[in-house]
Amino acid sequence: MFKAKNRLGLVFFPAFDWAISSTHPEREERLLYTQDQIFEEGIEDIDGIHFYNPIVAEERDIERVHFCVPDVKTRLTKSHFISVGGAIRAFKSIMDGEVDKAFALVRPPGHHAHRVVYGDRGFCVVNVEAVMLEKIRQEYGDLRVAIVDTDCHHGDGTQDIYWNDKDTLFISFHQDGRTLYPGTGFMDEFGGPSGYGYNINIPLPPGTGNEGFLYVLDNVVLPILDEYKPDIIINSAGQDNHYTDPITNMNFTAKGYAELNHRLDPDIAVLEGGYSIEGALPYINLGIILAMAGIDYSHVMEPDYDEEKLRQPMDITEYIKELSDTVYDRWKNRYELSRHNLKDTDVVERSRQIFYDTDRILEEQTQRFRVCRHCSGLNTVESRSSTGYNIFGITIPRDACSKCIDDGHKLYKNTPSGRYSNIYLQDRVNDEFFK
Amino acid sequence: MIVGLDMGGTHIDGVIVEDGKIINTVKKPTNRDNLFESIWTTLEELLSGYDKSNIRRINLSTTVSTNAIVEGKTSPVGMIIQSGPGLPTDFLACGDENVFISGYIDHRGTVVKELDLEEVERGLKLFKEKGIESCGVVTKFSTRNPSHELVIKEMAEKDFNPVTMGHSMSGKLNFPRRVYTSYLNSAVYDTFNEFADNIKKSMEREGIDAPLFVLKADGGTMNLSTAEEKPVETILSGPAASFMGINAMLKTDRDALLLDIGGTTTDIFFLADGIPLFEPLGIKIDRYKTLVRAIYSYSIGLGGDSSIKVEDGKLKIGPKREGRPYAFGGPMPTPTDAMIVLDLIEDGDRDKAHKAMDILGKELGLSIEDVAKKVLDTMGGIIKHEVDGLLYEINSHPVYTVEELLYGKEVQPEVINIIGGPAKVLKPILEEKFKLPCHYPENYHIANAVGAALAKTTTEITMVADTARGILSVPELEVYEKISRHYTLDSARDRALQLLEESALSLGAKEDELELEVTEESVFNMVRGFFTSGQNIRIKAQVKPGLIQELRSDRVV
Repeated sequence: MFKAKNRLGLVFFPAFDWAISSTHPEREERLLYTQDQIFEEGIEDIDGIHFYNPIVAEERDIERVHFCVPDVKTRLTKSHFISVGGAIRAFKSIMDGEVDKAFALVRPPGHHAHRVVYGDRGFCVVNVEAVMLEKIRQEYGDLRVAIVDTDCHHGDGTQDIYWNDKDTLFISFHQDGRTLYPGTGFMDEFGGPSGYGYNINIPLPPGTGNEGFLYVLDNVVLPILDEYKPDIIINSAGQDNHYTDPITNMNFTAKGYAELNHRLDPDIAVLEGGYSIEGALPYINLGIILAMAGIDYSHVMEPDYDEEKLRQPMDITEYIKELSDTVYDRWKNRYELSRHNLKDTDVVERSRQIFYDTDRILEEQTQRFRVCRHCSGLNTVESRSSTGYNIFGITIPRDACSKCIDDGHKLYKNTPSGRYSNIYLQDRVNDEFFK
Repeated sequence: MIVGLDMGGTHIDGVIVEDGKIINTVKKPTNRDNLFESIWTTLEELLSGYDKSNIRRINLSTTVSTNAIVEGKTSPVGMIIQSGPGLPTDFLACGDENVFISGYIDHRGTVVKELDLEEVERGLKLFKEKGIESCGVVTKFSTRNPSHELVIKEMAEKDFNPVTMGHSMSGKLNFPRRVYTSYLNSAVYDTFNEFADNIKKSMEREGIDAPLFVLKADGGTMNLSTAEEKPVETILSGPAASFMGINAMLKTDRDALLLDIGGTTTDIFFLADGIPLFEPLGIKIDRYKTLVRAIYSYSIGLGGDSSIKVEDGKLKIGPKREGRPYAFGGPMPTPTDAMIVLDLIEDGDRDKAHKAMDILGKELGLSIEDVAKKVLDTMGGIIKHEVDGLLYEINSHPVYTVEELLYGKEVQPEVINIIGGPAKVLKPILEEKFKLPCHYPENYHIANAVGAALAKTTTEITMVADTARGILSVPELEVYEKISRHYTLDSARDRALQLLEESALSLGAKEDELELEVTEESVFNMVRGFFTSGQNIRIKAQVKPGLIQELRSDRVV
């Protein structure tokens, strides 16, 4: 065989014995044909590509990121601990210098899981990338990170978790929320007071093809990454922009995905959605593996690929050009926009309804972000759900000043227990969690 | 009476086993220029005085195919390769001529793009012009649908022999390995068949009418006619012979570490609950990774004749052998010299052995005796270090289910079984290093021939049943059957075991010695849209490798 240009670590964990239900898209069969393709191509024999088994994540790894209601144990299955553990193992292989890049092909996915977790929404319970990243930050120290979400659905969970964190730049391009679940991900969702401008959404019109995706990458994503200079780039690698995906309306291809990963050059990719399990996933996953390993991917192609049919219409091209200009301008003007919006504000409040489509739960929540001159600021969330819980969660961020740390603990102690069914405190500075 | 012959690089060993007892043994030097004659003289000496009509079977471990590959003395092969979309293809060009053709079959076995027959014709014409007589035909996913390989074979058959088809080599998925395996099979075909013809002629001449079996790298045997079709299966059967020998002489049903410590190398093997560990996909020979099923073995450059140097104030043993031990007139100090100094071996020139240890002792500031002890201790340390590394790798092999990840079995040896010259000397050292009991058989020098003699007939099959397509396939048996939409895992399992048994019998297995087992099985609901369209059933089954009869007589230390 031949040698990969980049040493690539693969955590391939198809969880062949786990499903949401036997006919649900997130079922045992999902990565079966991907496995066939990877095996038949002889990927494991390529010099420089290493396969790793997942580790099993611990409860506190989940508590570091989420307020699970009522607790971690009852919300997660073993598969969730392993999916997250797989991503952590992949990231560690880079941090320990075993490989140059890593791809975690794990399931179930995670990017719709918010900070507060009542159950499953968008097939996600825990946010795989966030739990992975915060574990790595805890063990290896601070990192400036960019998460680029290439799933067709808006990565609303990841956005929620990093909403107020300017050291984690979140960029999501996805099918416009007016036409697809979860119905969010618009340009004006731009981040909390401390992270304003570091949450970037690029809602693309249905029918976007290779040309459009690569245009957005070249003209918005890459220039922003150039300026942001992250230590690590994570690709939240959903594969449902594919033209054969049964639940979306885009026209991206396997070769397009490979090209995207070649240009984006992420340190780590984590599989998210993608449910065209026979016609798309085997080819997209192969394309991503080859691109990340630095191997020629020009022969990767779907059986029914037809360039003519998939050509992007002119009007979509024009729309995307304008959209890209707007998004990039907003990034350029983020300081000004922030000053304008946050003048003389001490606390920023944000109230929302969140629907859990998979588990049929409705949540109403109010977040409060303190505007602090010394740190990202203490923040809280008050939330009630249709399942009868009524919770209060306090987060002391990683970079909290001593006043915010003290105030967080005081608030936890002084909140009368009768008012809520559950009260939580995340002290990220001391890596301590109370409930 | 069972006859076992092991053809090694330096010696040919022969044994006769009857009712679990070794009744005769012979050792002869190998004449590499005339392997056939070497076998014959060994066999003649071994059998003289015994009634040839009592021979139940002859089991033979041969290096003809291995040598042909390693020494580059194979037949030229023309390869026809259909690679479809995917990886780049240039690295697949292993034949003397390689023709890449269009057309494509996908992972479900659906023909996405048809063959271009003109391309095939042009390729075959090119081979003919170049004087090539052997062919290999491999298409991507041919294990799921061999139709393109079959069409090409039919076109090639009238002008070429052999024409090896990829799907007949193995049912496992791995296209590059299938290409290399098919290539090697065609490349050694003539060499092996010439050897087989000679053997058959001589047996006739000597009036021996016993079935002849050939040892495979997986520690099992196949009959000669199968070996003639699949000679690639005979490569690297040497380590398998010694493995089976250790197993025959030292029986265990626990996790075990098996070592064959020779002059140049130490071969490392493992048992899990007494069952051999296999290479996950197949053995590597020369620069080719193949799908030839093989016992897991790892060879390190460490043996009684390994040269010893001092580097950075530390002893460095191996990996090279520079010649015989110092005590036998060799150029460098060796572990054998250390053993002579410590009175563990009564052979060789004692003064020279002392001199060898003295050379090392001066550099390390140690007495002659202390150096000798340190040499053996270091040897044990190297083996421990290598074994630990291998066990870590083995125990972190990829798994794909929650069940396996959380509760999968780990291999943790509880006993060490060892053969080879230094076995007796190293026993206490290895026991101390591993904190495990260590055993060796007294008759270790004929272990390989005993292993060959007692090896059972083995085989393995890979089945996929796709009820939506309505097809059950076992590529390596050329079985492609129609099944109903309601076919179940239970029916698939029964059919797999039935096919496996038929296959084993056709390879020469005796019904009463067959132990069949399912090694992997899974079933997936295939859902298209929101409806279940069928089931995807996957089964692997094998004849457990093992011994024709238990060895009763050998003394174990």
